[in-house]
Parts: sequence; structure tokens; C-alpha cells
Amino acid sequence: MADIDAKRHVVTIEINGMRKAVSVEARKLLVHLIRDDLGLTGTHIGCDTSQCGACTVDIDGQAVKSCTVLAVMADGASITTIEGLSPSATRLHPIQAAFHEHHALQCGFCTPGMIMSVRELLKNHPNPTEAEIRHDLAGNICRCTGYHNIVRAVEALASEARNHD
Amino acid sequence: MTDARAIRYVGQSLRRREDFKLITGKGRYVDDIKLPGMLHMAVLRSPHAHAVINRVDLTEAAAAPGVRLVLSGGDLVGRIGPIVPNWIIPGTKVPVRPVVAVDRVRFVGECVALVVAEKLTMAYDAVGLIDVDYEPLPAVVDEEAATRDGAPQLHDNVPNNITTVFKVRGGDYQQAAREADQIIRLRVVNNRLIPTCMETRAVIADPSADGTLTVYIPSQVPHMHRRWIAETVGIPEHLLRIVAPDIGGGFGAKMHLYPEDLLCPYLARELGAPVKWWESRSESHQSTSHGRAHTETIEAAIRDDGTILGMRVETSGNVGAYLSNMATGGPTVNTINYGTGTYRIANYEAVSRVIVTNTVPVDAYRGYGRPEGAYIAERTIDAVARHLNLDQVDVRRKNFIQRADFPYRPYGSMGVIFDSGNYQGCLDKALEAFDYAGRRGECEALRRSGRYRGIGMAAYTHMCGMAPSRRLATSGFDRGGWESARVSIDSSGRATIYSGSMSQGHGHVTSLSQIAADVLQIPIENIDVVQGDTRQVQAGHGTFNSRSMAVGGSSVHVSSGRIVVKAKRIAAGMLEVDEKDVFYSAGEFSVPGTDIRPVTFGKVARMAYVGHKLSDGLEPGLDETVFYDPTGMGSPSGIHLAYVEVDPETGIVDIIDYVAVDDVGTIINPLLAAGQIHGGVVQGIAQALYEEVSYDPDNGQLLTGSLLDYAVPRAEHVPNIRSFFQETPSPTNPIGVKGIGESGSIAAPPCMVHAVLDALSPFGISHLDMPLTPPRIWSAIQSARAGARQ
Repeated sequence: MADIDAKRHVVTIEINGMRKAVSVEARKLLVHLIRDDLGLTGTHIGCDTSQCGACTVDIDGQAVKSCTVLAVMADGASITTIEGLSPSATRLHPIQAAFHEHHALQCGFCTPGMIMSVRELLKNHPNPTEAEIRHDLAGNICRCTGYHNIVRAVEALASEARNHD
Repeated sequence: MTDARAIRYVGQSLRRREDFKLITGKGRYVDDIKLPGMLHMAVLRSPHAHAVINRVDLTEAAAAPGVRLVLSGGDLVGRIGPIVPNWIIPGTKVPVRPVVAVDRVRFVGECVALVVAEKLTMAYDAVGLIDVDYEPLPAVVDEEAATRDGAPQLHDNVPNNITTVFKVRGGDYQQAAREADQIIRLRVVNNRLIPTCMETRAVIADPSADGTLTVYIPSQVPHMHRRWIAETVGIPEHLLRIVAPDIGGGFGAKMHLYPEDLLCPYLARELGAPVKWWESRSESHQSTSHGRAHTETIEAAIRDDGTILGMRVETSGNVGAYLSNMATGGPTVNTINYGTGTYRIANYEAVSRVIVTNTVPVDAYRGYGRPEGAYIAERTIDAVARHLNLDQVDVRRKNFIQRADFPYRPYGSMGVIFDSGNYQGCLDKALEAFDYAGRRGECEALRRSGRYRGIGMAAYTHMCGMAPSRRLATSGFDRGGWESARVSIDSSGRATIYSGSMSQGHGHVTSLSQIAADVLQIPIENIDVVQGDTRQVQAGHGTFNSRSMAVGGSSVHVSSGRIVVKAKRIAAGMLEVDEKDVFYSAGEFSVPGTDIRPVTFGKVARMAYVGHKLSDGLEPGLDETVFYDPTGMGSPSGIHLAYVEVDPETGIVDIIDYVAVDDVGTIINPLLAAGQIHGGVVQGIAQALYEEVSYDPDNGQLLTGSLLDYAVPRAEHVPNIRSFFQETPSPTNPIGVKGIGESGSIAAPPCMVHAVLDALSPFGISHLDMPLTPPRIWSAIQSARAGARQ
């Protein structure tokens, strides 16, 4: 086992607009690279079977559970994490603002991944029905909110988008 | 004293002040903490439910790259441990629980050995090199099987695997049974659950050269963890600092003393370096406490008009292989004390047996005993209605404790007092919101066209915030019932609250600030809240038992009041008037009826710290600490209603509507309160429909070992929750709050089961045990149809 791990690989990614090159073991997961090597701890680990979605990030324009990707597979990718979502340190992204307004989080552990999945959901369905919202969030587990206020937040975002059209 | 000018914060749906960091990825959970020179611990866990350990060979692991230390249970004997429970019902036989198993393992997941290495991957790799020679023994996982003759015995000092027998009695059940028209009998199972906080457990112990040790741990009870770790590892308590940063959910699972909580502090001191342990999800399923796991048999003596004259209950509570922290209190005091629910049942006889099995230890999980108690009462009343063909609403109304009865001692109990309530009011409100009459008609109409809809109902009450302290000794609860709050005003008039309560996502920073702001009459922006650091917070018990607003909030209320009293004395000196002539409102001290210019709270605070004009005998400073010990406990109550449709071809349950009317006394923040109901109800729905821990009965293997196999519901599995409140203030505390966190998970399981049973009533199905999964429902329908054809 040790000799396999001894071989390291350089992975170059663009993360939240910054270019980073990191040397990793072949077995390292992308989520560990994000958290441990880059210190972006807003991306969380809630399981070890790719069920919970707490580690969801955006890879090349698509929401992906970063525990399902080896770090080496992300070489050359452009990644956005929760830390890269808000336009500035004091301004919130509309999804973040909606989560705050509708009390769509309690402990906050699932929240970064949930927000990244909501971002994908609204990209695919700008005007989702409640059933579509609930279905599209099936990859993210929240244990605190019962999902009720998460659905309210997404509905409010959709209706805001409608009003802007 | 307040007046109309004062802003009222209590009762407002303020948005949470703690959100910003959490929605931007700036939260700080224990796993986010990385310290210089930090080492990583990994644990080897037993693959057997029950086995003798003949030999543990650590040689190869010790030689692996990056490994700093490898230990087995034998190496720790006499150094740390054993782990002692914190709630020991008198008469309990307490099995010895070593921190790491020494010569025998008793559940799949028990710690057998550990590795400390420079990297987590190195620690995991080395754990795989430890060689253990086990001799498997017969295992038992079921609570009823464990007490049968010939069952495998877990502990020499626990004959028949029963650690505790606890009895409750009021009135004369035998007499009631003789007077009854009928006796009905039920056997119900309260399925074993995994609390599943999204953040798993983690511990970092960081030794300092000055002899102090800081332990970062997601603890619901930081000061309790300080005491327990100090005593079990042998560290002077004053040199131990517990820091609980952001916590990713607790639900009861993060308020116990676990082996890893002790190993990291011990190892950090041995190695002189920070040691971290992080629990993977699959590890969590076999190392963090489970919940529920009861079987109850019930007998009810009833009249033909639906009056319940008496009940007899026998509870078998499965607590796993050892007595976890509060294990003996759950199936006993917390369950059978509440077996008569919201009903006037004068004659009651109950016995609970606490039983050890070869499974993960079972302890508090959101409601702890009260869901099981409400399940007893509610399944009984529903069975009465079903059996007598009476409406479920009418039978409940007939038996309810009436508004004029409060304070009410069910079955003449000495320990249980329901302080207040208005069950009829909740019921009326719920029926109207739900359109009960309309939907009853809809169910009947749809059944004629082969569609199976059902309405479920559940009523509940319980008691929150175990107190007062002097009453807790008799039940063997080794802690107090008080909570501590320090309100410290700085020289500008801004306040910092140091609270012994510990949020795990509840929003205490917001709600405690609301309470303080009303009393201090200063803008809420001028108040901050500190929790979760035993070097900052003077003392505390933490958050569990829905106690944080009732006890923690009251302590903030009382200490804020003391600030105002002292500030008035300071103001009197500044205004050169008598203290009793000073009036305080909206941040200003004035003397009504005079032209004396008022002074602001900020100016008074400044005076408190410069001390130039303090009257004789008055100490400088504006800083008050309170240990608030309640005189009694508040009793939340409520009515929940569910509307479901069952597909008879698949057994799938569609939840069409869910209405919750909860009376939790004064509501501090309606938005946060509703959030507690939503989350609790969904955990209750999860118990009723989806979740169940499965063990192989033959070998004790955990079959639901990961989130692949354990069915935590997703957004599409649950409905919107329509939450309403009724506010009957509790007379037991100064703000009238009762406690809300556990209401949903108490009410929802019986409510959902009743809804499904109502939908299945045309098939003649009158009982099913949770979880009501599609296969279970489908099979019941198939059997009923087959029976009907014969």
C-alpha cells in the first residue's frame, strides 16, 4: 500500500478564480484537496458513501459531490466552492440571502452543499414546481430543517427571477 | 419595568444573527480546525458482536510509516477509565465499561485498539495492520430475547441482562380492570434509530506547556464534558478547557461521554502534541449512540363509551452493550412516567426493564423516552377508538385532562406535574386548520372508488428542563437542573451574555439576545452571546431536554434584570435622587415628575466602570452572574394531524398534508420556533415511515452500517409542515416558555402511524409496527386480502 501512495501527482486547478497547483497522492479525494490542502473548509464531509451532498461544489459549471472525484481527475478543472459564491466579503449571493431570509438553515453543516445544489437546480429549472425542487435536492440530506424552509427559499428565488423577467 | 415606548423583541421573527458565517462557508466545526504538529488517531473496531479477545498483535502497525503510538485496551488498564454513566436509576447494576475493550468485545464497533500517526491516512493504513485473535461468542441483539432463559449473558454482574427495574404506580389498576367493560391489549415496537447529525463527532486535544489542555469537541454539554473528561482521564478540572465551536446538529447524540472523548486528551498529554480524531459516517453508525429501541406491552381497562379507567404497561428498553451516559433514565423515568399522555387515567401501573444486548449503546435522541411514552398513550387511545368504532377526536376529547385541572399530577404521580395547558383549544385549532370534517368525508368518498386515504392524529405533553436540582438526586441524575448566565455590560453600555446553554443549530445567539434586549431595553445589535468555551463561560449544563429557553433563557432574563436593578442604583447616584424615584425605560433613566435630565444606559455603564459618582457601599462594575434553578418544569403540549394516501399496489405512503398545533408557552421567535417543529416532525416521520437500525439476529452484525442502508429522508420523501402555535404561558419560569425542540419527534410517529392505519382500515388492518415501509404495508395488504378470500 505504502509504495502506491509514495507516487505523487501535481494537480493544477482554478478554484474560486485562483490558480493553484498541489502535489497529491493518487488516492486523495477532491474534497480532501479542497479542505486540507487549500484550507477551504466551507465544503463539508457528512458521509463516506456519497449520499449526503455536504461536499457539493461546482466543477466546470456542474454541481458535483467532491467526494466522488479523485483529486487527480480534477486536473485542469475550474471549481467554485461556497467561499467563491458571494460577489464580495460583505455581499451575499441571492441564494445565500434567501437561505437567511427564510431560515433555511439551522446547524449549517449541510448548507454549503445545499446552496451549491440549489444553484444547479435553478440553472436547470429557473421556474421549478415544488415537486421539482424536492426531487432535484434528493442528493442533499438536511437533518435540521425538515427541508420545509429550504423549499420556501428556493420558491422565493424562483418567484424573484420571474419578477425580473 | 417597561412601558409602551420600549421595543419588544420577544415574539418577533428576527432573522438569525449566526447565519452569515454558515451560509458563506466560514463556519468553524471541529473538523475544520488544524493545529501545528497535530497527530491523528484512528480506531480499530470490533467486527464481532460478542467475542473473547485472545491476543492483539500491534507489532506490524507500530512499524508502519508515520506511526507514533499504537495501543490496545490492555495498555490502558489502570491509566484511564472506566466510563461511568451519569444517570443511574437507584438499584441499577452497572456493568464495567473500559474505554478500550480489554479481553472481551460486546458489540460491533467497540474500540479494540488505536493508532496515532502523523497523517490520518497513515493512521488508517496502520489500523489495517493490527492483528486480533478473537473467539466469537453467541450474541443477542433483541431486548426480549436477551431476557429469555439461556440467552447469552453480557456482564457477570448483570444477571439475565437486566440492569434496572423501575416501577410506577398510581390508583388501583386491578380494581379498574374489574370495573371495566372491556380490556384491550397491544404490543408496540419503538424502532431503533440513528440520530444522524450531519456533522459526525470529532475531538481534538491540544496540550499547552503551562499544563492546561484544550479539548475541541462538538458538545451539547461543554461543562459536563469538562467534568467527565477530568474525572475519567485524571486531569485537574480547572486545567481543562472545553471548546465547542459550531456544531453540526446534536439531537442528543452529542451529550454523552464516548471513548474517543477520553482517548484524545490522554494521548495528547502522553505525546505532548495535539491529537485529533474524526469519525467517518460508517464509523458513526457503530460508535455513536443510537436511539429508542423499545418494546412495550399495554393493557387498557375501558368502558364501552370510550372512557379509559386504567392502563398497565410493560417496557423493555434495549440500551445496547453498556450503560451509556443517561441510558437508565430513558426507558424508565422518561418513558413510563408519561404513559398516560394527555389523558385523565387515574389507575396506572407500569414497569420498565433496562436490558443490555450486543448492540451499540442506546441513549438520548430528540425526545428521549417522551416519544416512547407518547407512543404508548396515543397508540392506546387510537386502539380504543378503533376497537369501539368511535371517532378518534371524540375519544380524545372525552379523556383529556381539562384546562381547569392544571397543575395536574397524572395518576396521582409524585414526580410528574403538568404545569399548564389547553388541549381542547389546541384540538379545535388543529381541526379547523386541517379541515377535519371535510377531509373525513373526502376519505369516505374516495374509499368507494378504491383510493385509500387516512387521517392520523396525535396529542402529546411532556416536561422540559429537568429541575429543580434538589429533586434530581432521587432518580440518580448526577447533575443539577440549573443554568447559568452572566450578563456583562462594557463601559459603552453594550452587553455580552455568557450562557451555559449550547446551540447546535438552534439559534441561541438570536433568541437569547431577544430575551436580554427586552429586559435591558437596549438595541439588540448591542448584545452578543458567548457559548461553548468553559474558559469564558462561568458554568453550565448545556442544551438537551428542550431546556435552553426555559432554563437558559430564564437565567439570561434574571441576570439581565439584576443589571437593570444595579444600573438604577448607579443612575440614582448620578441624578442625586433616591433609587426608588428612578424610572427606566427604552435605555434611559429618568425621574418622572421632575425636570431632571435623564441619563442613558451607556452613561450609566461608563459610570459603573469609572466609579466617580457611585453612592456609598455600591461596588463598581455592571456585571451579573446567575445560577438559575427553576422551581418546576414546563409542559409543552400539542395536537398533530396527518393526511395520507396509501397506494395498495406498492405500499407507498403519500403524505398529503401535515398540521401541527403546538403549545410551547411564550414564543421567543416564531420563525425559529416553527423551524424546530419542521425539523422535529420530519425526524418523527422518518421514524414512522423510513428509518430503522437492523441487526442480524444470528450474529449481531449491523446491517444498516452506512447511509446507503439507513433511510434518512430526502426532501421528496416529506411534506410541507403547517405549523401553528397556541401560547399558554408556563407558570414555572419568568418568561413563560416551555421548551420546543422535542415536540415534533414526539408527536409525529403516532400521528403518522394512525394516518396509515386509518387508510388501511378498509382492509381490516389494525396494527403495524414502525417503520411503515412499502414492503411492510404491501405485505399486510396482501395478507389481509388473502385472509378475506378464505
